[in-house]
Amino acid sequence: MKISVNVNGCTRESDVEARTLLVNYLRDELGLTGTKIGCDTSQCGACTVHMDGKALKSCTSLAVQADGCDVTTIEGLAHNGDLHPMQQSFWDNHGLQCGFCTPGMIMATTALLADNPNPDEDEIRHGLEGNLCRCTGYHNIVKAVAAVAQAGGD
Amino acid sequence: MWPAEFDYARPSSVAEALQLLADNEDAKLLAGGHSLLPAMKLRLNEAPLLIDISRIEGLGSISNNGSLTIGALCTHADIAASADVQASCSALATATGMVGDQQVRNWGTLGGNVAHADPASDPPTVLVAFNANINIEGASGGRSVAAADFFIDLFTVDLEPGEIITSIEIPAHPHEGCAYVKMPHPASRYAVVGICVVLHKDGDSCSGAHVAVGGATVRAMRSPGAEAALRGSSLDDAALDAAAAALKDDIANDLIGDMSFPEAYRQEMAGVYLKRAVRAAGG
Ligand SMILES: Cc1cc2nc3c(=O)[nH]c(=O)nc-3n(C[C@H](O)[C@H](O)[C@H](O)COP(=O)(O)OP(=O)(O)OC[C@H]3O[C@@H](n4cnc5c(N)ncnc54)[C@H](O)[C@@H]3O)c2cc1C
Ligand code: FES
Repeated sequence: MKISVNVNGCTRESDVEARTLLVNYLRDELGLTGTKIGCDTSQCGACTVHMDGKALKSCTSLAVQADGCDVTTIEGLAHNGDLHPMQQSFWDNHGLQCGFCTPGMIMATTALLADNPNPDEDEIRHGLEGNLCRCTGYHNIVKAVAAVAQAGGD
Repeated sequence: MWPAEFDYARPSSVAEALQLLADNEDAKLLAGGHSLLPAMKLRLNEAPLLIDISRIEGLGSISNNGSLTIGALCTHADIAASADVQASCSALATATGMVGDQQVRNWGTLGGNVAHADPASDPPTVLVAFNANINIEGASGGRSVAAADFFIDLFTVDLEPGEIITSIEIPAHPHEGCAYVKMPHPASRYAVVGICVVLHKDGDSCSGAHVAVGGATVRAMRSPGAEAALRGSSLDDAALDAAAAALKDDIANDLIGDMSFPEAYRQEMAGVYLKRAVRAAGG
């Protein structure tokens, strides 16, 4: 099936099988491998992207559902080589160790701040329920998000 | 994991979707996909054709003219954030705000949630407590089913293959307090036990109550025993003990259990969470 998706600001036209998952379309068809596949069962959030501005687990969505929509992946956040404030904050606050969950964490937390620019710690943790990290232990991730909120930038 | 092959259609009206259902035996509707796609990926479910109803206009709004009408395509996030829902059925805002996680709430719909009827779902418990009606369209016209009759058994509802849920209607139900409380599964966040309580009060005494339970049971269901125990009481500890005991009796034949949370445990926790729900509802 022919689809046209606006990915990170560029219109991409593809012909995909209806059963192609959005995450496989992004990684295999478009080569955007920043988006990770962790569990492949809708639990871990490593595959999180934004569709029409809202966080979505791209392993739980079909590429054909994104037809005509705007999709942003981790590759679409930095501008002219400058990291997005959330990316910089994860770096500054040691919000990662192995880095596998990081793209999903960053996509989930940027969406969270777009909805609620001033979350308290509980709200940040609630907003991260769909994202699993197996090494950092969340503490520095929460710190990184709070720092961005405090600086007033998303 | 990829689902088995299927064709895909994206109708733009309910009439077109109904025609596609009529013309294609075994076709399935796709709304948010957050129950159907995980099941299809695991090959627990398959369909020759998915009919994506997510872009049909008019099924995604919430209105309040006496009763609250929630379009089938409203997402959990839409409902949790709705001022109308918070004002007239705050327990539903709470329940939808507790579904899964941010990503699931953004895309999972109320219509898909009730059609799927996972016993561990949150919204059905509130819909049963509030005497909601499920509005359905089919080839031969529309019908409306009371939530208490709609949920029949595990993943089984009163919905024919050619039918589409268009909205969920919550009749006006003035009350002094209501609450939904849940014991979330520590990994999946689904309800191990979920309780909704709606309270009517006359001064300090309880003039009536609706109590519904889900998660612990095969389907969301009312507890007449617990309601009778609360009615006329001053909602003191003794009344809550009696209501919890009655609730546990009422659900004794409808319990579900698994390795982590056996039937007896869920039954006990239903009593504990009932007491918490009454207190959360201001009782
Ligand atoms: C990780 C995860 C965690 C979750 N946690 C929770 C939780 O804690 N609590 C909870 O309640 N739920 C939870 N859910 C389920 C979630 O609420 C689902 O989104 C919802 O059950 C299904 O809605 P959907 O729009 O995604 O439906 P879909 O997956 O698109 O469809 C589900 C079923 O309903 C049918 N259907 C869809 N729309 C209609 C309609 N309008 N008319 C008739 N039939 C229709 C479909 O054909 C399909 O059979 C979770 C899901 C995931 C993936
Ligand atoms: S890979 Fe999608 S949620 Fe884990």
